[in-house]
Amino acid sequence: MTEAAAVPRPPLWRQLIGFNLLTGIVLGVGGWYAGWFGAHAIAGTSIAYFSESDYNEVSVFLAYIGGVVGFLVGLGFLNYPIQRLRGYPPSLREKETQGWTRYFSLCTDHKVVGIQYLWGIGLFFFVGGLNAMLIRTELLRPNAQVFPAGTYLTIVGVHGTMMMGIMSSGIVGPFANYLIPIMIGARRMAFPRIESFTFWLLMAAATILQTTVFFGGFPTGWTGYAPLSNQANAGMDCYILFFALVGISMTLLGLNMVATILTMRAPGLTWTRLPIFVWGILSTALLMVLAAPVLVATLSMEALDRTAQTHFFIPAAGGSSYLYENLFWIFGHPEVYILALPGFGIILELLPVFSRKPLWGYRLAVAGLLGVTLLSWFVWQHHLFVSGINGDLRPFYMLSTELISIPTGFTFLCGMMTIWRGHIRFTVPMLFCLAWFFNFLLGGLSGVFLSDTPSDVTTHGSFFSMAHFHYTIMGGLVFTFFAGIYYWVPKMTGFQINERLGKIHFWTMFIFFNSTFAPLFAIGFLGQPRRVVTYPSGLQFLNDWVSVSAFCLGISMLIFLFNLVWSLAFVKKPAEANPWASRSIEFQLPSPVPVHNFDRIPVFSSDPYGYGEGPAPSWVPAGAPAGRE
Amino acid sequence: MASEPTTAPTPPTDSTNHGLRVVVAWLVLSAITTPLVAVYVGPLIPPGNGSVQGQGQVFDNQVMTSLVTPILCLLAVFFAYALIQFHAKRSEALVDGPPLRNDSRVQILWIVITTSMVLFLAGFGTYELLKDGAGGGQGPNPIAFPAHHQSAFQVQVIGQQWEFTYRYPSLGGLESSDLYLPANRDIEIHVTSLDVVHSFWAVELGVKADANPGVDNIAYLQTKGPMTFHVRCAELCGLWHGYMFNNGYVVTQRKFNAWAASQEKIYAAIKPFMDKPPQDGGAPYAHSYLPAPGGGSPQVRAG
Repeated sequence: MTEAAAVPRPPLWRQLIGFNLLTGIVLGVGGWYAGWFGAHAIAGTSIAYFSESDYNEVSVFLAYIGGVVGFLVGLGFLNYPIQRLRGYPPSLREKETQGWTRYFSLCTDHKVVGIQYLWGIGLFFFVGGLNAMLIRTELLRPNAQVFPAGTYLTIVGVHGTMMMGIMSSGIVGPFANYLIPIMIGARRMAFPRIESFTFWLLMAAATILQTTVFFGGFPTGWTGYAPLSNQANAGMDCYILFFALVGISMTLLGLNMVATILTMRAPGLTWTRLPIFVWGILSTALLMVLAAPVLVATLSMEALDRTAQTHFFIPAAGGSSYLYENLFWIFGHPEVYILALPGFGIILELLPVFSRKPLWGYRLAVAGLLGVTLLSWFVWQHHLFVSGINGDLRPFYMLSTELISIPTGFTFLCGMMTIWRGHIRFTVPMLFCLAWFFNFLLGGLSGVFLSDTPSDVTTHGSFFSMAHFHYTIMGGLVFTFFAGIYYWVPKMTGFQINERLGKIHFWTMFIFFNSTFAPLFAIGFLGQPRRVVTYPSGLQFLNDWVSVSAFCLGISMLIFLFNLVWSLAFVKKPAEANPWASRSIEFQLPSPVPVHNFDRIPVFSSDPYGYGEGPAPSWVPAGAPAGRE
Repeated sequence: MASEPTTAPTPPTDSTNHGLRVVVAWLVLSAITTPLVAVYVGPLIPPGNGSVQGQGQVFDNQVMTSLVTPILCLLAVFFAYALIQFHAKRSEALVDGPPLRNDSRVQILWIVITTSMVLFLAGFGTYELLKDGAGGGQGPNPIAFPAHHQSAFQVQVIGQQWEFTYRYPSLGGLESSDLYLPANRDIEIHVTSLDVVHSFWAVELGVKADANPGVDNIAYLQTKGPMTFHVRCAELCGLWHGYMFNNGYVVTQRKFNAWAASQEKIYAAIKPFMDKPPQDGGAPYAHSYLPAPGGGSPQVRAG
């Protein structure tokens, strides 16, 4: 590290030339036009099946595929394979220099990728949140006021799709990439280049989704039901490309996690000594590896319907709308646990630290995580209770859906018994963890009404279900995401985050989150379906209440953003190595963590939860650096 | 486990039976709140008593709210007690709590309670569903019927972008854009779509069934007294999805017959054209819309 600093830096213009984000964007735009005009040359003007627009869908798909390939080539993802083909020796690491340029390029340092993920996901989370503000602005009045109906549907669709697509990697991307190798005592992920690939692919995908506005948007919401998607205009292609690329990114991310956790654990790190966060990520990653390919396959079929005139999902031509619904929810239900399980991991990881007690019922907690992972495959048709498919299987799906609350209950029990008789410190991360219990309890209990088929007849497809999944996903995932930020970002960046502003952020977010989403349960029961631009005028008071609360929630997010930028870029108060007095191994390393994590590979002798069981063991051996791998 | 002798300050021994306190407070609170919720809150939950199926859903919601109230109480009591009793003093040095790692009795108790609640809920939900279909769409081969479904009055709901058309097979294929239903009768609703997926939602009646193209999705309903209700499309179906709603009416049998007669009078002028085959200049028409192969088709019955 010091040697790197001694080398004189080249001038700025020289640093900008090479394989980095700038080159990626230039080649991406070039690739887009190459694909666009190439497709026009091949496929003529229009072969669209339903659409009356005069540009053809093939050119849209090929343009974006060309753009993504160009972008990735510009970032340098082909360099390594080409060098290997030319006979150069294998290299495990790339661009692991100091300095800011590594954050804008292919970097195989898992800590750089984690921070790239944090800011990248933060950016698009913010974009998705702005869309939510626009939705609530429109719903201030019972009739269409601000946006035309088509624009409104596009906003709803982009909000939902962006949040579901981006936040699937919301915790696995930043925190797991950064922390898993450290927690298991490794120096890198199993596939460092794939790790970087998943991030840049996700960024390319999110950009593509934003460009849907240039093609007229898409009317289907995040579920993209056929045959509506077959008659939609070319903005639909951006949705398909986005979700398919996200699916590829998620599959590879999960694969990388599973491979790393299975094969790269340090000596002594048995399955019962793993930090519970690692178990949470492992179960999430298993779902990602198995569920996301279904999404990619489904959207490939949809893309073929739109370009090559196949009829998988077009009933008028022998296809089936049920086929799409089935395939989508076979991905879609594990997907919601992909969103929830990392949150389980984070709260169980943080509660022992701030209660000064060991994690209670370790094996039960693991059983809970794995139980949810397994059961989440058997519940998907509860999204189709009134669709008329498999009417006789509804009791089974009702049972399987309700069974999931048993392993979820394990997480509750383990968390509650961990704080029981502890010495609880109300730090900002702890507050977010405690809020998880409140939110996820309401989310889970409202899920009881949705899982019960008779009651679901009224609640299905209404604002009730919308409130339910915001309680579980925003209340479950986003709150734990913030817990993770306040807990680990000082470790990741080496700078403290202002605690007073953090507490203001927490309380405003908690209050206005509930004030926004609790009334939506009532609105749903009273007959407002999801994704409508109009509603009965009798519901205006409740809707206005929700909108105003949502704006306050937006302001709360701005407080957070201000705090983060202010603390990390301007105040820059150095963080201690172990600000929370945690026993976990990442806090035995300096802040920020050095490039190679450990000078010597640690040897574990217990799990990291031995609070009250004697002094913390030191797993990080001192000594001379063991050299690069 | 770390084998070195304990050097951290041992927490003061605490002989208070905190667990007993929480359990007692929880039982007292649940005993007070659960009946109140069951009697006063549960019945307020929509869809209301507009139909037998809606009434069944209200009862369902009543049972479930009564069941979740003790869970809410447990969490509320637990966290209120734990966060007040066990929080570290601001000035206090960092003290570790007692290293409690497990208690198999608590685990077994928890698993038994949650499992039995879940099984009860699933059993109860299945019973309520199979009793009368609960107003939900069941597909072409329904499994749950109300008692007199053989003599049920049939209505076909045809969704298209962006309106519902209601067709009455027993009135010679009469079509209307307003839904009129006779009071105090079993109704058999056949929902289908001409283009994309819609969902027929009669809000106050507690009926919802997706309209899939080429599929006959059947839902049962037993109407009660005369009332007005809202119909909305509950599945995103494109540009004007938000405007796909209108009112429906449950009216007495006598008023219904009068309405049908007046409609037939209006309808008489175009009926001859509609009955002609397409090649003779008539619009493609059948007494009931036949979904494509794969789905069933509603039987046309007299009366």
